[in-house]
Amino acid sequence: MNIHEYQGKEILRSYGVAVPSGTVAFTVDEAVEAAKGLSTDVSVVKAQIHAGGRGKAGGVKVAKNIDEVRTYAEEILGKQLVTHQTGPQGKEVKRLLIEEGCDIQKEYYVGIVLDRVTSRVTMMASEEGGTEIEEVAAETPEKIFKEVIDPVTGLMPYQARRLAFNINIPDELLGKAVKFMMGLYQVFVEKDCSIAEINPLVTTGDGQVMALDAKLNFDDNALYRQKDVFELRDLDEEDPKEIEASQYDLSYIALDGNIGCMVNGAGLAMATMDTIKHYGGDPANFLDVGGGATTEKVTEAFKIILSDNSVKGILVNIFGGIMKCDVIAEGVVAATKEVGLEIPLVVRLEGTNVEQGKKILDESGLNIVASESMAEAAQKIVELVK
Amino acid sequence: MSVYINKDTKVIVQGITGATALFHTKQMLEYGTQIVGGVTPKKGGTEVEGVPVFNTVEEAVEETGATASVVYVPAAFAADAIMEAVDAELDLVICITEHIPVIDMVKVKRYMEGKKTRLVGPNCPGVITPEECKIGIMPGYIHKKGHIGVVSRSGTLTYEAVHQLSEAGIGQSTAVGIGGDPVNGTDFIDVLQAFQDDPDTYGVIMIGEIGGTAEEEAAQFVKDNMDKPVVGFIGGRTAPPGKRMGHAGAIISGGKGTAEEKIKVMNECGIQVAETPAVMGETLINVLKENNIYDKCKTH
Repeated sequence: MNIHEYQGKEILRSYGVAVPSGTVAFTVDEAVEAAKGLSTDVSVVKAQIHAGGRGKAGGVKVAKNIDEVRTYAEEILGKQLVTHQTGPQGKEVKRLLIEEGCDIQKEYYVGIVLDRVTSRVTMMASEEGGTEIEEVAAETPEKIFKEVIDPVTGLMPYQARRLAFNINIPDELLGKAVKFMMGLYQVFVEKDCSIAEINPLVTTGDGQVMALDAKLNFDDNALYRQKDVFELRDLDEEDPKEIEASQYDLSYIALDGNIGCMVNGAGLAMATMDTIKHYGGDPANFLDVGGGATTEKVTEAFKIILSDNSVKGILVNIFGGIMKCDVIAEGVVAATKEVGLEIPLVVRLEGTNVEQGKKILDESGLNIVASESMAEAAQKIVELVK
Repeated sequence: MSVYINKDTKVIVQGITGATALFHTKQMLEYGTQIVGGVTPKKGGTEVEGVPVFNTVEEAVEETGATASVVYVPAAFAADAIMEAVDAELDLVICITEHIPVIDMVKVKRYMEGKKTRLVGPNCPGVITPEECKIGIMPGYIHKKGHIGVVSRSGTLTYEAVHQLSEAGIGQSTAVGIGGDPVNGTDFIDVLQAFQDDPDTYGVIMIGEIGGTAEEEAAQFVKDNMDKPVVGFIGGRTAPPGKRMGHAGAIISGGKGTAEEKIKVMNECGIQVAETPAVMGETLINVLKENNIYDKCKTH
């Protein structure tokens, strides 16, 4: 789960991790009021959307006075901001962060991620702040320093010091940098983050070490014990079909194509998309109905797939292992009748009671094309949507 | 011979009184697996499906002599359940549970350092040695005894591969689901080493997916350490970057973990990769023929 920058900064602040003072604003008037409450003349107006690259897209402006705050707030609020992470349609800006301006001396990078190779949480730091870390990794990997963290001890001060020295934080700010890193690690583990990225971390003219930006992502599997984090979820930032799917415990991801997919199992669902593509088609979605696909779940899955107007045909690919194919076939038939399907539907069933399953599809009187194999099913649906 | 489990493996089921665990306990018993006990706190002294239930893993192991356990405990308590099994010095713990918070698994892995237990999973279908022992949730009937080792990050895709092999008369020595999470107990390399060491395994099919670099490392291992033929498949060529494709570990982040990169490295290391999942079996059969071991692998 993602949250907004201002929400991330509030969490950091509550752990004693230094961030500039700032307030969220939903309207232009609120933005102006927020700016008046800050202790600096210069303030920064920052678009709050769940995507990076806001600065380059014109979503971050430095205002020298209150009038400029008003001008920038009017300009940015309601704008479709297009960044390299939003896709061409962009994202509408509905919230602003109004923040104190600060006298930046130098920009750094500090991030925490899970390292899958060591199965440990790892802190990374670099002197190349403000640039995307992937770019630094590709061009100057020697400028990225890593500390692998033992979960028993947590991040140790010597590790934070070593990182700070490696990225050339001035000696007089060492203590503040170490405190920052230690606090950031606390946030990561106590809030079940999947990513905690500060880019840039800045040193300022008045001797501060603070997070100018903050990207916190959270482990979806841990949200059950992070109720306060879960409340920060912004549904405006998510695909409505994905929200609907999550309510029925269906794993759904919208894509750009026109062939809707319903599959059991994440691996098979991905492989089904690949097979469609292989035969020249384009999948409209990833959808895993899970191991225990009931009639209700299948029906909901159909509804979600059909709510996508670009869908011109559907491929159902089920390997009925423990689930029996006749039960799944009944679910497909019931769902099709309820939803009133008007586009081609190809169903490939395999596994327990497959013959009974196919018989149910055949005798349903519905326009369902049954298929013997995954390859054949993919070819058929690609043909039918042409 | 086989890998990790065989007809003599004695198994306990952790969380045995839950609905899913009960269902699969019955299935495993029907397959012939020696389920000798179950564990559910406060249900000790009772019996389900003819299997005695204990309060703790330690007690279950003492009373039954079990050497393996399978965990069906809900995600919030699963890390604790795994550690309890490790503490009881079981040889093998197979964790089926999905959605375990990753920080919990980081702790589990740290806890397991220097201990004797092998963990398979979490978020996996389990391990099966056909016609001997099935531990997990996979449909037993699709498997056939034979000489091909199967290792995979995905459940249903494993069934797909196994089904193709069995239909073609190619049996399996053992099929191991290592799970779809970013932190797991047993990785591709562990299983590949076990298959290399198993005299009854003649060839291997390895099924990976996007996310992480485990397939690349495994491919290098195959090149350096294996003389048995290995073929592969990678799911997620069409997956968009930055999105978790169902499995917690199936995500392309920062341009890393793409299917293209994995397939490239696998090919460079001499592993043939099936173009689509529909031809996983066919790809293996061709390689078996090239290596003149097809007849040895053909069950009937």
